[in-house]
Amino acid sequence: MTEHKEENKKENWEVIRMSQDDRPKVQSWNSYWELPPASVSLPIKGCAGKTGEWRTFKPVIDQEKCIKCYFCYMYCPEGTVLVDDETGVVSYDYEYCKGCGICAEMCPKKCIEMVREV
Amino acid sequence: MTEPRFFEGPQKGNLAAAYAAMDADIDVVTAYPITPQTTVVEELSILVGEKEFLDRGQKTHYLRMESEHSVGASLVGASYAGARTYSATAGQGLLYMSEMVHWMVGARLPIVVSIASRGLTGGAWNIWADYGDIISQRDSGIMIQFLATHQEIYDSILMGFNVTEHRDVMLPLFPAYGGFVLSHTAMPVKRVPWEEAQKFVIPKKDEWDHIWIDSERPMMAGALIMPQNFYAEFRIKAHEAQLKALPVIKDTMAEFEKRFGRSYGNGLVEPYMADDADVLLIGYGSIAKQAEDAVDTLRKQGYRAGALRVRTYRPFPTEDILQYIKKTKVVGVMDRGIAFGSPTAGALSTDIMAVCQRYESTRDTQIVPFIGGLGGRDITYDEQIEQFKILFELKEKGEAPKKPYKMWGTYWTGLITGPDKVPQGDEEYFGDI
Repeated sequence: MTEHKEENKKENWEVIRMSQDDRPKVQSWNSYWELPPASVSLPIKGCAGKTGEWRTFKPVIDQEKCIKCYFCYMYCPEGTVLVDDETGVVSYDYEYCKGCGICAEMCPKKCIEMVREV
Repeated sequence: MTEPRFFEGPQKGNLAAAYAAMDADIDVVTAYPITPQTTVVEELSILVGEKEFLDRGQKTHYLRMESEHSVGASLVGASYAGARTYSATAGQGLLYMSEMVHWMVGARLPIVVSIASRGLTGGAWNIWADYGDIISQRDSGIMIQFLATHQEIYDSILMGFNVTEHRDVMLPLFPAYGGFVLSHTAMPVKRVPWEEAQKFVIPKKDEWDHIWIDSERPMMAGALIMPQNFYAEFRIKAHEAQLKALPVIKDTMAEFEKRFGRSYGNGLVEPYMADDADVLLIGYGSIAKQAEDAVDTLRKQGYRAGALRVRTYRPFPTEDILQYIKKTKVVGVMDRGIAFGSPTAGALSTDIMAVCQRYESTRDTQIVPFIGGLGGRDITYDEQIEQFKILFELKEKGEAPKKPYKMWGTYWTGLITGPDKVPQGDEEYFGDI
């Protein structure tokens, strides 16, 4: 393990010092040797880990009833409601959706259902 | 340039600490008084406005806080922003700061907090020398040093930032010295000229490599880490940094010696006639320094005694200590501070027993734990001679002698066991340190 560390991973954590453009778009640390000295979060996707793992209820949208008002998109505290640029269809990033249910609560058509996962 | 108000001469330990912090060009000092540390921050409140420093362009912010917890929190805040931060505390104050002490370690902030150690309050107040307070923070991840002389207080705090701010280390350092024994007595202290101190102390940075406060480059520190994320890894990183600090402390000491001609062993341990010793007494703080006098006396009488002072306790200098233990086989360990319910009642003696298991050659070492000097009770020179005599008797007869103050395998030096042991006022000296 020591050898592994001494080789090329020496300054691996320096990724946090890169500018926002140069940095990877999704934060992912794969091993002990890549980590910075202290736990810090940068404003990039996944900086708090895969928050989708926290979820108990999963939002499922009924595309038939959806009127594309994008209330869900605006109210989502985590930015995990995705809107397709061309079609305007609403979907979810289930890697990071915590399942808080705010979107379902705010939906004027009540077309988002919280489905129990676990 | 304005001449310094004090440069060389008799000085109190606390004031030496204050001057050292100023000479290290600290940016922020936050303060809350507690005996016996109070005069450190009192003196600093004067020094931050002293012409000697202002003329040289040094600017130090002095913040008065409402508690030690706030002192810790403000040190953390200032250090997040990249400031060189210093404070001092003691005893109950350190316990109150304890939550933030752990935060300093977790966020890897290179803060230096000097401790004028005093007895902890257990049902009754005590303010005198006892390392129980800093020992209580042993497992928080801070680096701990025990200082033994006034000059060492000055030198260690000046050297401190070179260790803490080293890129491989980035951990807080808590140098501790005995309350009143060193803090309020005066001994000759020599300062380093300000300009030379600046050349020695590690250059300042605008921000740390791993943490910063900058609205252009936002960052969040102090978030929640889930079990499946990297909490464990970050804790282990702090342990790795502790181990990496060992060579850094040695290098800093070597560099200091090269520049200013003073040294304290290799920075980790300070041996005294330990190379050819038949028995070895290991200790820390000013008591371990006093043991050197006992060694001198015993050597004159033909006994080959040796002393070893553990200067850096965390990180634990395993190899440096074993190097001397290997040669002796009979080792006494003197703790000034009690670790309740531990195998030997002493933190250091338990550690020494543990490291002796590392090599086959040290596994049969006989370790004799001593506890004494609790709550500022003097450990006299004669008592230290007696400690050595216990070790010699063990070596010659193969059995540790019975004493009225030996209980549960530990010798409680200075324990009041009968009318003849009741202290008669202050006829004993204050420790020739």
